[in-house]
Amino acid sequence: MCFSKKAMARNIHWSVLLILWGGFESANNFAASQTSDGPSKTESPSHSIDQLVSKGWKENEVLPSMRATEGEWCRRVFLDVIGRIPTTDELDTFLDDKSSEKRSRLVDRLLSTSYADSYTRNWENIWTNILIGRSGGTERNSRTNRRGLQIYLHEAFFENRPYDQIVFELISAQGTSRPPGGDKSASQFNGAVNFLAMKLGNDPNDDDYGTQAAAKTSQIFMGQRVQCTQCHDHPFNRWKQNQFWELNAFFRQTVALRRFEGSRNIAFIELADQDFQGPTSDPEEAEIFYDKRNGLRMAAYPVFTDRGGTTTKLSRSGFLEDVNRREQLAQLVRQSGYLPVALVNRYWNHFFGYGFTQPFDDMGPHNVVSHPELLEYLGKQFVASGYNLKQLIRWITLSDTYMLSSRFGVKNKIDDPATGNLPLFSRFYPRQMRAEQLYDSLLIATHADKTATTAKKQDEKRQEWLQQFVINFGTDEIDAGTTFNGTIPQVLTLFNGDFIRQATRADEGTFLQKIAADPTMRSREKLDKLYRAALSRNATAEERKWANKSFSQSTDVTTALQDVWWVLLNTNEFILNH
Amino acid sequence: MMQCSNVLSSSGMSRRHFLQHLTAGAAWAGPAAHFLSTLQGEAAELQKNQKSVILLWMGGGPSTIDMWDLKPGSITGGPFTAINTSGDVQICEHLPKMAKQMHQMSIIRSMSTREADHTRGRYYMHTGFVPNPSIDHPSYGAVIAKQLESTRPNLEIPPFVSIGGNSAGPGFLGLAYAPFIVDSNGRIRNLETETSADRWKARIDFLNKLESQFIHQQRGRAAGEHKKVIEKTNRLLTSPQMQAFEISKESDIVRENYGNTAFGRGCLMARRLVETGVPFVEVDLGGWDTHNNNFNQLQAKLPEMDQAMAGLITDLTDRGMLDNVAVLWMGEFGRTPRINGNTGRDHWARSWSAVVGGAGFTRGIAVGKTNADGTEVETTPYSSEDLMATVLQSIGISLDTRFTSTNGRPIKIAGGGRPIKELLT
Repeated sequence: MCFSKKAMARNIHWSVLLILWGGFESANNFAASQTSDGPSKTESPSHSIDQLVSKGWKENEVLPSMRATEGEWCRRVFLDVIGRIPTTDELDTFLDDKSSEKRSRLVDRLLSTSYADSYTRNWENIWTNILIGRSGGTERNSRTNRRGLQIYLHEAFFENRPYDQIVFELISAQGTSRPPGGDKSASQFNGAVNFLAMKLGNDPNDDDYGTQAAAKTSQIFMGQRVQCTQCHDHPFNRWKQNQFWELNAFFRQTVALRRFEGSRNIAFIELADQDFQGPTSDPEEAEIFYDKRNGLRMAAYPVFTDRGGTTTKLSRSGFLEDVNRREQLAQLVRQSGYLPVALVNRYWNHFFGYGFTQPFDDMGPHNVVSHPELLEYLGKQFVASGYNLKQLIRWITLSDTYMLSSRFGVKNKIDDPATGNLPLFSRFYPRQMRAEQLYDSLLIATHADKTATTAKKQDEKRQEWLQQFVINFGTDEIDAGTTFNGTIPQVLTLFNGDFIRQATRADEGTFLQKIAADPTMRSREKLDKLYRAALSRNATAEERKWANKSFSQSTDVTTALQDVWWVLLNTNEFILNH
Repeated sequence: MMQCSNVLSSSGMSRRHFLQHLTAGAAWAGPAAHFLSTLQGEAAELQKNQKSVILLWMGGGPSTIDMWDLKPGSITGGPFTAINTSGDVQICEHLPKMAKQMHQMSIIRSMSTREADHTRGRYYMHTGFVPNPSIDHPSYGAVIAKQLESTRPNLEIPPFVSIGGNSAGPGFLGLAYAPFIVDSNGRIRNLETETSADRWKARIDFLNKLESQFIHQQRGRAAGEHKKVIEKTNRLLTSPQMQAFEISKESDIVRENYGNTAFGRGCLMARRLVETGVPFVEVDLGGWDTHNNNFNQLQAKLPEMDQAMAGLITDLTDRGMLDNVAVLWMGEFGRTPRINGNTGRDHWARSWSAVVGGAGFTRGIAVGKTNADGTEVETTPYSSEDLMATVLQSIGISLDTRFTSTNGRPIKIAGGGRPIKELLT
C-alpha cells in the first residue's frame, strides 16, 4: 500500500483517491461500473452513500483504508446477505468473473430467486430474534410459537414484502399461533400473531397489561426505547410517562386467548380484539390508569406521538365498532416518520457493524447521530422505493464504503468505534459471526447440508445447537443473552464440540476425505482448497511452511488436512466477518 | 515467563513459586516427602488468605421490603412478620436459617438508586455506572479479577465465574475478563479433546501463528481478544483445577446443607471455586420480578434462597474462609412499597436493601433506615457506586485505582463511590 507523499497531503481531492484505489484492482474499475438496474453508479444511492460518508472523513481529517480484496468482499457479502460464507465454487466464480459489473452481478444473484432460500432463512432468523428474542417460544408453556412466527416471516421475506406492510401485519395480526397440523384451528393460523402473543398479559384491566407490547413495538419499529417511561419520565429524552401509557392504551382491546388441548400446557393462543371497558367499566371512556412517582394516579387514552412531536388522538371509546385501536396503531406506525429511519439504522448496523447511533435501536434525542444527513437521505430513498428491503441491501453492499478493508489505513487510526468514538466508516469494522452464521457456514463448507435427512430434521438440529448458547435473565421481559460472544464456552465449542468433530471428520464420502483422496490435486492445491473454503483466500507461502512444519509428524495427508481444517475453523480470521 | 519475573521482582522467589518447581520436578521422594508436605500445608494456608467475592445476584429485582426491611403494621407492609436474628437486626419469618447467620451479615437498608428498568438496573448495579452509549464499563467480576489476578499466579481457570446467569460483561477491560458462564450442575460442555496430545500441540502451534498473523494485519481489537481467549481456553483444558466445578466431590452432608436446588448447588460450587483461588464468583437466582402474587411467589422462593445462602455462610465460617470472602446479596432494584392490584409489587429503586457479610465487613448490624412505610430513605442514601466501593475496600482493593477506557479516558474504580464507613472496621 503506497500512496505517494503528495497524495497523502490533507487536502487531496477525493476523486484522485478513488482512482488510486481503482489501480489496485485494475480489472475492476468500480467508479465507472454500472448497476444492472440501468442508471449509472454516479446517480445511484450507493454513490450518495459514499459521498455523504466521505464528507465525514474530510471533516475528521482521515483517509479511508484501502479496498478489501475481492475474496474478503465476497465473503463479507455472502455472510451479511445470506448468512453464510461462500463455497469454493461460488468464490471461484466470482473471482474468475472478468466483467466490470461482477460485484453488482453477485449481489443481484444473492438477492434473486437462485438464493431465495438462503436469503429468506437468514433474514427470517434475524427477525425472529428481533421480534421474540433468542428464547421466545422455546420454553415450555410459552404463548409464542417460534415456528409459527418463522413461517410468517418466511413468506414475507421470500416474496420481499414491503417492510411497512410487514410491520402493519405484525402489529394488527389476528388469528391463531400454531402452524397447521391438520387440526381445526388450522384455518385461522396467522404466524404474525406470535410477535404480540407473549407480550400482553392476562387481563386487559391489569395495570401492566401490554407494557411489553408497547415497549417492543416502540423499540423495534420506531427505534425509541421507552421502557423506563413506564415508571417515570425518561431521564434523557423527550419521552414522558404519559406517552408510554398512551401508546400502551392501543393494546387494551387485544387479548391473547389461551387454548388448551387435554393438558394444562398451552396448545396455542388466539390473538383477538374485543370491547374494552376499562377499569371503571365505562366503555365510552375506556381509560387506563398509571401511577406517577409521586403517587398520583393518572388516566391515559390512546394517543400516538410521531417523530417531530405530532400527535394523533383516537376516540376514547373502547367499543370495537367505534374504533379498533390496534389496527389504528398498526396504520400509524406504518406511516410513522420513525419507521424508515429506524429500519435504515438497523440495516446499516447489520452491514457495517455499527449504526448511526449507539445502540442503533435507541434513537432518542439524547443519542448523537453520527451521519444525520445520510440517515435522512436513506430513509427517504427507502420510503420512495416502496419500503423495498432488497433494494436497500443493494444500495449498501454496492457502495464503495462497504468495499473498504477492515485493516487500518495510513491515516484513520482514530476511526475505531470500539473505543467509543463515533464511527466514520473509513474502514470495515470486523465483528464476530453470529452463531447462526457459523452453523450455516460450517454446514455449507463441509457439504454436511447434503447429508442431512429432511429439511425439518435439519432445522431441529440447528435450533438445538443454537439453543445451547442462550441464557435467560430472570425477568419478565423478552430478554436473553448469548454465550456465543467470543468467550471460553464458544471457543470450547469450536475446539471440541460435536459439530466441529463432524466437520473435521474424514470418513468415506466427507468433504475432507474427498479432497484428501483426489488424485488430480497436488497437496498445495489441497491446502489452498481448505483455505478458500474457510477464509476465501489461498494459503500464503509462509503459511504453507508453517503448516508443513507443524504437521510434519502426521501419519498421512488426511490427518494433516484434518488438522489444518480444524485450525482454520478456529482462527480469528474465520470467526470474524472482516 | 512473565509470571516468574513478577514474582521474583517483588519479593524474591515466593514459596508458592518455589513449590511450583518442586511439583514440576516430580522426582522427589523419601526424605524430601516430609518437607514437601509442610510446604503444601503452608501453600494451602496461603490460599486460604486469598481475598475473593461471592455475589448472590437476585435477577428481576427482589422485594427487599418483604425480606430485610419489613414494615409490619404499615399499609405497605404485606402479610409477613419480622423475626429476631443472631445479629442486631430483624428479618422476614420466611428466612429462618439466615436468621441464625445474621451475626455474620449486615443489611444496608438505605440503598437508593434511580435505575428501575431491568437492563439499566442490572448494568448499573453490576458496574457502578449508569449505561453510557460511548463507554462499556467493566462489572464487579471483571474489576476484581483484574485487580486480584496477580495474587493468583497459579490460577488456571477463569478468574470470573458466573453460575446460572449471565452476570455482566468485562467492558473495556476486554474479553480476557469476561464471565465464564456455567450452569449450577457444573457441566461444562466440550472439555474433552478428541486428538492425541502431540496432534493437539501441533494444532495449537499452527493456530497461534495464524492468530498472530491476523492480529499484525491491524484490524482492531477483536482479533487480539480472540487470541487471548484461545490461550485461556487451552490452559483450562488440562487443568486439574477444573474439579472445582464438580460438586459431586462434596459429601452428602455438605450438599444437603446447601439444599438440593439450582441455587444451592451454585452456592456450593462458588465455595469450591473461591477455595481454588477464583477471585470472583456470581451465583444467580432469578424470578424475583413479582408484579403479580408477590407474597405467594416469595413464600415459594424464599426457602431455596434461605437454605443456600445460610449453607454458604456456615460452610465458609466452618472452613475459616469467611474473613477472606466478601459475600454480597443484591438485585437490580427493590420493589414498590405500594401493593398493586394484582397483589404484586412493581419496580422500585428509590428505597431498598442489599446485604453484605464476611471479609472486612462489620457484621450483625443494619445500616441506614427507611420511613414507616418504606417509601423513603431517612438516613444517608447509598448508591451502587458506594456499595461497590465498600465491597472493594472490604477485600483490600484500593479505591485510588484508575482504569483507562479504550478511548483513553481515565475511569475511577467503582464510579468514584465512597465506602460506607459503618460497614468497615
